[in-house]
Amino acid sequence: MRSKEIGLSGWGRARTARVRAWRPERWSAVRDALAANGSAGMIAYAGGRSYGDAALNDGGDAILTERLNRVLSADWKSGEIVCEPGVSFAELMRIGLAHGFVPPVTPGTGFATVGGGVANDVHGKNHDRHGSFGDHVRWLELMTPDGTVRRVSPDDDAELFAATVGGIGLTGIMLAVCFRMRKVSSNAVNVTERRARDLAEFLSMQEAARESATYSVGWIDATARGRRLGRGIFETAEEADEGVEPPAAGGRRMPVEMPGFALNRLTVGLFNSLYYRRVPKRGRQGRAPLTRFLYPLDAIEDWNRMYGRRGFHQFQCVLPDAAAPAGLRLLMESISSAGTGSFLAVLKTLGGEGKGHLSFPMRGYTLALDFPARRGVTELLSRLEAITVDHGGRVYLAKDAVLSPESLPAMYPRLAAFRAVLDRVDPDRRMISDMARRLGIRGGDA
Amino acid sequence: MTERTAQATWLVLGGSSSVARAFARVAAEDGADVILAGRDMDDLKRTAADVAIRTGRRVEAVRFDAEVFDKHDVFVEHCRKRAKFLNVFLAFGAMPEQAEIDRDFALARQAVTVNYLGAMSVLQRLAPVMEAQGAGNIVALSSVAGDRGRLRNYVYGSAKAGLNTYLQGLRARLCRRGVSVTTVKPGFMDTDMTWGLEGMFLVASPEACARACLRFAKKGKDVAYFPFFWWGIMTIIRHIPERIFKRMNI
Repeated sequence: MRSKEIGLSGWGRARTARVRAWRPERWSAVRDALAANGSAGMIAYAGGRSYGDAALNDGGDAILTERLNRVLSADWKSGEIVCEPGVSFAELMRIGLAHGFVPPVTPGTGFATVGGGVANDVHGKNHDRHGSFGDHVRWLELMTPDGTVRRVSPDDDAELFAATVGGIGLTGIMLAVCFRMRKVSSNAVNVTERRARDLAEFLSMQEAARESATYSVGWIDATARGRRLGRGIFETAEEADEGVEPPAAGGRRMPVEMPGFALNRLTVGLFNSLYYRRVPKRGRQGRAPLTRFLYPLDAIEDWNRMYGRRGFHQFQCVLPDAAAPAGLRLLMESISSAGTGSFLAVLKTLGGEGKGHLSFPMRGYTLALDFPARRGVTELLSRLEAITVDHGGRVYLAKDAVLSPESLPAMYPRLAAFRAVLDRVDPDRRMISDMARRLGIRGGDA
Repeated sequence: MTERTAQATWLVLGGSSSVARAFARVAAEDGADVILAGRDMDDLKRTAADVAIRTGRRVEAVRFDAEVFDKHDVFVEHCRKRAKFLNVFLAFGAMPEQAEIDRDFALARQAVTVNYLGAMSVLQRLAPVMEAQGAGNIVALSSVAGDRGRLRNYVYGSAKAGLNTYLQGLRARLCRRGVSVTTVKPGFMDTDMTWGLEGMFLVASPEACARACLRFAKKGKDVAYFPFFWWGIMTIIRHIPERIFKRMNI
């Protein structure tokens, strides 16, 4: 098997890497690639939807898992599925819906893959009710850097399981993942949209929906200030009994990169204002295909080009319930006064901790927004990082490109346990990524 | 034709290749059952499961080694029993690099054994089955490399040239019994055989090739380039005078 020199980037396009890429089509080729791994280490790259550098390994090796995309077994009585890591959530959705099942948890884009879903322990709009993806994984088959295939589960090598779920790919290459799909009565949801006039109202709406709503998500206007700080649209959704015509396949594309100047305080403010007013004061209800509700941005395939050539950063943090009202206010104030402009910011509740040592979720509120990669953005991001640490929160590694190594142990208290597993299964430190290097995740001299 | 495809089984020879995998998916989506044949049984079983789950068709994996001619009789007999009506997609091949072939004759022999003799061996045994059916399609993946001997891969090219000539004769034999034989000559394909090779351009996806192959079969095409513009490229290449061509680095 041959490798190929290629360039890769995170979804935010602000971080790039030159890698020696392997693209195995079968399991034996994964072993060959791991064996050929040089001293610069290796990391898996799947859907390319991690925003920062979690799946990048500049100057080293990458295993592209896009062609490991087979569904290996499916039991349509129980909904139990085994599939390879390169299967995307959109594919799972399509295959499952034919039998009345959907992925138990899905991130906000259908282009993300099951491998990435495990490695980042992704959450979706149903986190309060259904937890994160790792909560549904029954077992997975993992090829560790020494080339051995191990089946790990919460019962069988629970430590390696906890280091693989949310472990940003550092335990090896997944070959198969077993999880249970969720039965639904149709391909549609009934969506309720309501305006929240300010942060306090937003938080009380979310708190109230926590126990009752299956899906919930808030779009927050990051440009609003003063009295309107924290205003937004709150969406909840319930499974619909009756389905809708499935949306046509194939989305629109972003044909060119938008010039950087097109995004400024004025245009972004205007956009957010329009987005807010789109929903009438008294709110509205309607039925929508589940995929359109879950993957609103997938309709424009490469929307990341909207931020121009230099790309963007996404900041996503979670703050525990108690600290959230004060912490979110500080975050929103810093963001709106910096005025660097974020299109759609997302605010939603999370239900509880994930199973992984580095799982992102905790019971609290998560805030996510984009910033164009321009002068001043790093300073803003480190301000947001400091507020997050002060309030006992966490930054989501799947989105991150700038976190400082000092903050990592504070945010992820199980880091030591994670390191211990890696020292056992990868003593020679052959799995590595730009993120792992930047954050000193392996500890010691890494 | 569509009615016949509905009861048909596509026998996919070399079922682990990316084009074969894609072909199994499109053929099954089109309503056919599939037999995936090849050497890596673990891998074939995974593909078979995937195609069956995605399409609801019957898909099975059967061991087949193009180089072991003696076993081709038994193999073909097994396939005949498993399927009511057979179509054949021949997708196996071996493409050692010319530089390595020049160092090791065993690789030259392998290129000829797999690409030419292996294909001939299994097709010779399938021919009577197809004749007895009195209908059906055979699609064989050849290569533009067979159109002219080139510095960069003349051993592989000569094996494919042999295959092309064989397929012409087989086509003449089987057309009398209502069976079509399609020679597909893909240009550069984005597969694990070409991943990381120097000098690739206008690379086509395996999925697009697979869809085209099924279309060619339904039309009963004789020879088809894929993507179509390779017909133009190869027409030019075939017409360059030998005294110039021999000095070219292609």
